[in-house]
Order: sequence, then structure tokens, then C-alpha cells
Amino acid sequence: MKGERFIREERAFGKRLVWLSVFAATVFFLLLLRLWYLQILNAGDFLALSENNRLRLVPLAAPRGAILDRNGKVLVGNTPSFSLAVIQQDVKDSDTLLSRISRLLQMDVDELLDKWEKGRKRAKFYPIFLASGISRDQVELLEENRLHLPGVDVEMKPVREYPNGTLASHLLGHIGEISEDELQRAEFSAYHAGDYVGKGGVERSWEKELHGADGGRQIEVDARGRVLRTMSEGSPTVGNTIMLTIDLELQKLAEAAFGAQAGAAVAMDVNTGEILAFVSNPGFDPALFTGRMPPEKWKAYLEDKRHPLENKALKGQYPPGSTFKIITAIAGLEEGLIDANTTVNCSGSYKLGKQTFKCWDKHGHGPVNLRRALKESCDVYFYQLGERLGVDRIAKYAKKLNLGAPMGIGLENEKGGLIPTAEWKEKKQGTKWFRGETLPVSIGQGYVLTTPIQLASMIATVANEGTVYRPYLIKKVLDKDGAVLREFGPTAVAKADVKSTSYRLVKEGLLAVVNESKGTGGMARLYEVKVAGKTGTSQVVKLPARKGGIPYERRDHALFVAFAPYDKPEIAVAVVVEHGEHGGSAAAPIAGKILRAYFEGKGVIKRPVRETEDETGADEEDAEATPAVLRREGESVPGGTE
Amino acid sequence: MKLAFIDRRLVANFDWKLLALVLTIAAVGVFNIYSATASYGISGTPYHVRQLYWIVLGLSLVVLSCSIDYHLFEDFSYWFYGILVFLLLVVLVAGRTSMGATRWLSLGFFNIQPSEIMKIVMIMATARYFANLQVPHSLRLRDLGLPFLLVGGPVLLIMKQPDLGTAILVALIVASIMLYVGISPATLATLALSAVPAIYMGWHFYLRDYQKNRILNFLNPERDPLGSGYHIIQSKIAVGSGGPFGKGFLAGTQSQLRFLPEQHTDFAFSVFAEEWGFAGGMFMLTLYVVLILWGLDIARKCNDYFGSLLAVGVTAMLFWHIVINIGMVIGLFPVVGVPLPLFSYGGTSMITSMVGMGILFNIRMRRFMF
Repeated sequence: MKGERFIREERAFGKRLVWLSVFAATVFFLLLLRLWYLQILNAGDFLALSENNRLRLVPLAAPRGAILDRNGKVLVGNTPSFSLAVIQQDVKDSDTLLSRISRLLQMDVDELLDKWEKGRKRAKFYPIFLASGISRDQVELLEENRLHLPGVDVEMKPVREYPNGTLASHLLGHIGEISEDELQRAEFSAYHAGDYVGKGGVERSWEKELHGADGGRQIEVDARGRVLRTMSEGSPTVGNTIMLTIDLELQKLAEAAFGAQAGAAVAMDVNTGEILAFVSNPGFDPALFTGRMPPEKWKAYLEDKRHPLENKALKGQYPPGSTFKIITAIAGLEEGLIDANTTVNCSGSYKLGKQTFKCWDKHGHGPVNLRRALKESCDVYFYQLGERLGVDRIAKYAKKLNLGAPMGIGLENEKGGLIPTAEWKEKKQGTKWFRGETLPVSIGQGYVLTTPIQLASMIATVANEGTVYRPYLIKKVLDKDGAVLREFGPTAVAKADVKSTSYRLVKEGLLAVVNESKGTGGMARLYEVKVAGKTGTSQVVKLPARKGGIPYERRDHALFVAFAPYDKPEIAVAVVVEHGEHGGSAAAPIAGKILRAYFEGKGVIKRPVRETEDETGADEEDAEATPAVLRREGESVPGGTE
Repeated sequence: MKLAFIDRRLVANFDWKLLALVLTIAAVGVFNIYSATASYGISGTPYHVRQLYWIVLGLSLVVLSCSIDYHLFEDFSYWFYGILVFLLLVVLVAGRTSMGATRWLSLGFFNIQPSEIMKIVMIMATARYFANLQVPHSLRLRDLGLPFLLVGGPVLLIMKQPDLGTAILVALIVASIMLYVGISPATLATLALSAVPAIYMGWHFYLRDYQKNRILNFLNPERDPLGSGYHIIQSKIAVGSGGPFGKGFLAGTQSQLRFLPEQHTDFAFSVFAEEWGFAGGMFMLTLYVVLILWGLDIARKCNDYFGSLLAVGVTAMLFWHIVINIGMVIGLFPVVGVPLPLFSYGGTSMITSMVGMGILFNIRMRRFMF
């Protein structure tokens, strides 16, 4: 019975079965087409994707090159540091992971979250560094909990080490993570976000040498990000070592000589231009800039009136004050307006038209010749000389000694100072030069600006009688094994064609400044070596003489330039003490200490007995702590311009 | 006549070629499971060995189901159906829960999955119903009322577990049988139109979030490349990177480094396609298409209505499993937990497939006896 209907419709069923077979075969054919599409047409893309899945390039950071002093002592080195890195693709649950890390390392979750979010934007499989500088104990703790921390990796990275702390911080500079702006520049085209670059000083200017080349390791990982094996490895190339011209010991003592005072000092080899010490005081701690700067530290740096972050030796532009009288004197001698015996009578002031220009000593110096005018820093003598020279002739000799333009010492943003001329004023201010403006210029005030480096170069040129050497900081570039790649020697940028008799006359005056009674620079005197120098006090603001409380930032700057030994000069020094008030009392002792340190280092002077050092140290501290006392002392040991 | 016995005629009529086809697929499956689990590092019996046990058990079920004349199934099919509906209810009340779904009944020494047995039983019940339906024309809507109830109840119970994949499969199997029986064009159109609101309602009121996500991620895998879209993306990468001839046995990086999910069960075919390439994929598809056409041929040559419907039903079951599984691993269908019959690792799947095969052998060897 059941069969009847079936038999009746047998043909229809058979037809439907054919249709079902065709349908089934068609569906299988579509599956096959899809396989064709995936495995034949797009096989290359999918193969690349599968390789991408399993192979990762782990960047290996190149250790930066070291920075050494002239004797090979380490100024900046590297030390291993452990960082915690995370590969975001391996993290399934970031909230749990971050809270675990925060518990293990006792770090703030928000801080971790912040870094995580920032890092997520970076390239695929690039490690996100969540914590750096973690201790060995913490590393062990992380290793123990590895199973609960998928995607976490502890990496050893070399970080900058500063064995001398804040020493020469402005010169050395610091490093920091590359900024968005820097990444845009062609110079940094090979860099990645998160890389470290030099941010100032030698670190910045010699970045190319110091950086080295990052390596990479190609690893195979499984789906959980576990490393299975290393496929290939390109080891990083260590950056080159930079050997500076700086002498570590001299630098130390020069910085110590400043104590808490703000200022700059540059010590130079008179016969080569090598910079032996490069001080900008106070310094900063470059290590703080590499990691996370504590906000209170940052605030303290910004609020410090002494501006610790400023490179005063390179970028500080100061009126040279009476140290500029050296230029005026050379100009006068060369132009034949004065000779050794030309005498001027100083009454304590000089009248030009309706203006009265005061000498720093209101009682007057009486009749002074060039030697005495330099020794006692008589302003009236130079007012009269300046008036006769005119501003342009003063500028001519200033420029012969390379003032008014950057020296090109090889650090970024070196300032050039300013040597005014009539033309300059015309261009700049649209008014003509007034005769009355020449007088302050002749004593290094008015528009004149110089940097400590320029002053050091100037006094060195005077000392060697005419060769302007480019001051330089880099002695050698070495590879990681110490082989010399490049060596730098003296470069004479100019020959200041000034008669040697003119130099001699000026130098005699400078010798008197330091070594004769009533000389303003007596505090720089050394008994073992003949020192010649010139004091300077430069006005910050014009103020009526007022006893006591002049606020710090309005006090005069104290300057001193010197060279030694007098007979066969080796070293030139320029010292600026910001708001130190008198060159003779504030700057000259520092210059003296630097010179002493230099000659001690050479064995010319025996290491001092302890007491004398204590004495000078105490002096200096007094000077800083009690400015009122110092002012009174300043009058008895005068040094410069009113 | 309908008594269970084995005589020489039956052995002579046994379809040895079909058995060879089945064993070939299963054997390739075992090698593939060996490769897929090579990176697992498990202790105890390895998966490929366990799969061999399942195959042996499956073959004994083939012998068992061959030895009973399938006409007996017709008589008992409603009984079976009733028992299975009852078991599905028991599952809902007292089932064993694993991974968020309640699908198993614990019988102490082993667990059974009634929804899986239901596939076979549903085929029997549907075949019986239509074999006895006396209408002189193609099926119309009113003829489908009872079958819809017959199917709808268990499908809803299975969806409740929830096991969307099995529910869809059961529905597809029954629909295939109905198509074979013949549905009038007007009825077919009505059903197709009513599917639209049904899908809409289903989406909004029935599907769970994870199921919705699977479908959305299937439509756009990049939606969540590390989450549920991950499976589809990684599987496509595995298959595509195999290229024309594959990366070689045990050399598939996607599988050996475990970028693939469930690679010995639901994604076994991706492992195979990665290691053997288009050539291997084509080989497997050929084996399967032959299997399906063979099944339909058994239906065609069967001399009775019930047997023919039964053969179509079993073939449809295999067909939909194969198509949904392979479609899923090559990114044509959303991820639903459907294994590849005879090929994926798994006892339940192997037993269901082998029982189905047993029924086909059964029908084949008795085609002359009617």
C-alpha cells in the first residue's frame, strides 16, 4: 500500500533527486571556488599575514657612545637598566594586567594606563615600556608571576650614567625621548617613537656620532606570544665615543670655586683654543631628564633665580664691563691716539656736553697713564680715549679679536654677543649714533654684549699676541674599541693684526692689575705663577648708589678675564659671576682658583696646605651670604664701572 | 521478512566501495588530527589514537545498524521520537552544563548528547510521516502543519540549551526531506516570505548576544580582530597561506603555533588546507561530494518510500555538516560549532556520522529484498 503512491510518482522523485544532486554538487563547487580564491589568487597576501603572525622584529637598542674627558675619564657612561615592556597584541585583558603590574611594582594604575594608551598608537608589536629602572628584586617578582602576566617582558636596556652627577651638565647635555616635532625632521628619519635622543649640549650636537645603530632580532612566537626561537639577529652598533678637551679635575675645581653663586667660566688653552673647563653654575642633574622628572624638582629648577637650566657659558650675553677696556686700549694704541705715556687727569667724572660720566671712584684717580688706567680701571681715561676713537674704530678692533659673532665651538644655539657700530644703530633703531653713546661702549657698557666664551677667546688672543683660535670642545671621536676615528686640532680663525708692542703695553697693564698694589685684580694673584688679568663690573640696571638692599636680580655682574703664565701664556680664563657685584671681589678669586687648579694639575704648583684652601673657601661663602659686607669690601678692592 | 538477520545475500550486497570511501576520509582525518595536536604537548592518550578508538566504535555501530533491517526503524521511529523529546526535556532540567550550554545527560560512566541523537531520530520520524502521507499532489501549507510541530518542538528545545548549530542543522535536514517529498511552488514562496519576519523576531527576541556577535563578526571580522572575529581571520589566513600545495605535513605555522582555535575539532579542515594547500582541499571536497552523491544514489535505487526518504535525510545531515563546517573555516559562514563529519576529532560526531552511514549501508544492502 505504501508502495503504491511511491510507484505512481517514481519518476517525479527521480527527477527531484537529480536536482538535489545538482544542488549538492554546485554547493561543493562553490566551496572549491572559495578555496581557489583563498589559496591560489590570494595565497601571497595570506602567506604574508601568517608570517606576520609568527615572526616579530624586536628592536635592540644601541648603547649610546660614552663621553670622556681629555684624559679618558668617563663623564657620561652607560649602565644596564631593567624595563618592563608589554606587547599589546598579546594582551587580551589590559585592565587586569595593568592592575597586576601596579600591585607587583607598587606603581600608580593611572600612570600605567596613561603609558599604555600612548603606546597603543605605535607600530604593531612594538614593545610598550610601562616602567623603567626597576630593581632586580622586582625583576624576580615579575619572573615568578610570568604566567599571570601574558605579553609582559622584562628587557635590559642600557641607560645613561653620570658618574659625576651634575658636573658639566650644560656642556654634556641630557637625553630624552624623541618628541613628535623631532620625529618629523629629516635628521631623525631613522628614529622611532620612544627612542632616546640628545636634548642639549654635546649629547644633542653630536647625536649622530653618539647614537649608534639599533639592531633587531627576528623571533618566532606562538599565538600566546611566547618566544619559540630566534630566527635571525642583527646586533646593535654601539655609538662612538666622544673625547672632550675638558679636564675633569679642572672642571671639578672650577665648579667648586663658584660655590652657590650663579655664573659661567671658560678656561682655554691659549695656544690651541681647546676648552679645558666649561662651567655654567648652578648645574642640573641630567639623569632626571631621562626618566620621569619629579614635578617638585622641575618646579624647583624653574623657580630658581639662578636659572640652573640655562647654559650661561654658551648663551649668556653679558656687558663685558671694564674687561672691554682691553679692546679700547688696543684701539687707541693702534690708531696712534695714545702711547704708554699719554696721561689723562681723572677728577672722578667726565663732562660731555650736558652729560656727566662718572668714574667708579668718585674721588678721581688724578693723572693716569695707560698702565695705571688699566691697573686701577680708571673710567675717565677710557671715556676720553673712546670719545676720540669713536664707536666704529672701537668696533673695528673688537671684531679683529672676534667679538660680536659666534665662535662656532660646535654646540647648538651659541650666541654671538653684540658689538655696536653707527651703521648697526642706524639699521636697528633708525637713529644716528650719538657721541654720548660711545663713552659707555668704551668701558664695555651700553650696547656691548659678550659671551663668556668670547671673553676667554679675547684674552687668549691678547695672551698669544694675535692668533684667534676657534675654541673647541671635541678632541677625538673614537669607536667602541677606542680606535681614533677623527681627531681635532687647533684652527686659527683669524690673525688679529695688531702690533706686538700694543699687545705688550696692554699686557703690562694687565700684569699690574693682578700683581701691583691698588690693582683691581689682586685676588687672582698666584705667587708661583705670574697672572695677568682684568676685572669688570657690568651694570644690570642703572641705579643710584644705594647702601644695602639691592635685590639680587638687579645687582651688577662681576667679571674677570685672565691668562697665565705672563711670560709664556698657556691658559686663558674668563669668569662671569651673575649679580656678583664686583669683578675684583667676586670673579677674580674664582679665576685665581681655576688657574691654581690648572697649575697644580701640571705640577707647577704643589698641592696646597689645607688651611689656605679653607680660608679662601670661607671668604667666598661670606661673600655670598652677606652681600652688604661684600659691597663695602668691594669699595676697598674696586673693580670697574659705575 | 523484517526480522533482523544476516544472510549471505546481505554480505554480498554490502557496499564495500562506500566503506572504503568512509575509511579514507576517516584515515586522512586521523593523520590530520595527529598534525593538529602535535603542538599540544598533552599527557595521556593522544588525540589521534583516541580518534582511532572512536572509528572502531563507529564501525561496530555500522555493523550493528546494518544487522537490523531498517524497516524496523519505521515501526519504532515515533517511539524513538517520543523518548528523545523526553530526554531533551530532562536535559533542560537536569543536564550537565559545560561552557555555558546545557547539552549533556550524565549516565554515570559516560555522557550522552540527546540533541545529537535527535538528528537521526528526527530523520526517521520525518521519513515515516511523509512515507505515510496520502496526498495526490505536492505538499501544501496545510500538509506541513503537523511536520512543523513535529520538528518545531525539538528545535526549540535544542535552541534553549542553547545549541543554535544543532537546531539549525535539524531544521535544515527536515527541510531537505520536505524538498525531496515535493513542496508546491506557492507554498515554497509563502514560506520564504514568512522567513523574513521570523528572522527579524529571532534576532531581536531570541538570539543571545554571543550568537549575535558571531554573526556580526562573520559579516565583518575586522569588527573585533582579537575577539570573536579572531577565529575567522586566523582560519582564513591558515587556509589562504597554504597556497596551491600547502606548507607540508606538520609544517603549518598557523596550526603548529596555535593561532587556530579548536584546530583538532571544528577547525580541523583549516589545518589540512594549510598543510596540503588547494590540492589537499580539492581532494577532500572530492571525497565528500562523492559521498553525498553516493548517498543520493542510494536513495534513488531504494525500492521503498521510507528507505528512500531515510537515505535522503541521512545524506542531508552529512551534507549540511560538511557545507557549514567548511564554509565556516573558509569564511563563508559564521562560526557555529559544527564538526566536519568523519574528519574532525570527537566521539559524538563520529558516532552520529557512523550511525548515519550504517543506515545508508543498511538501505543499500537491502535494496533487492523488497
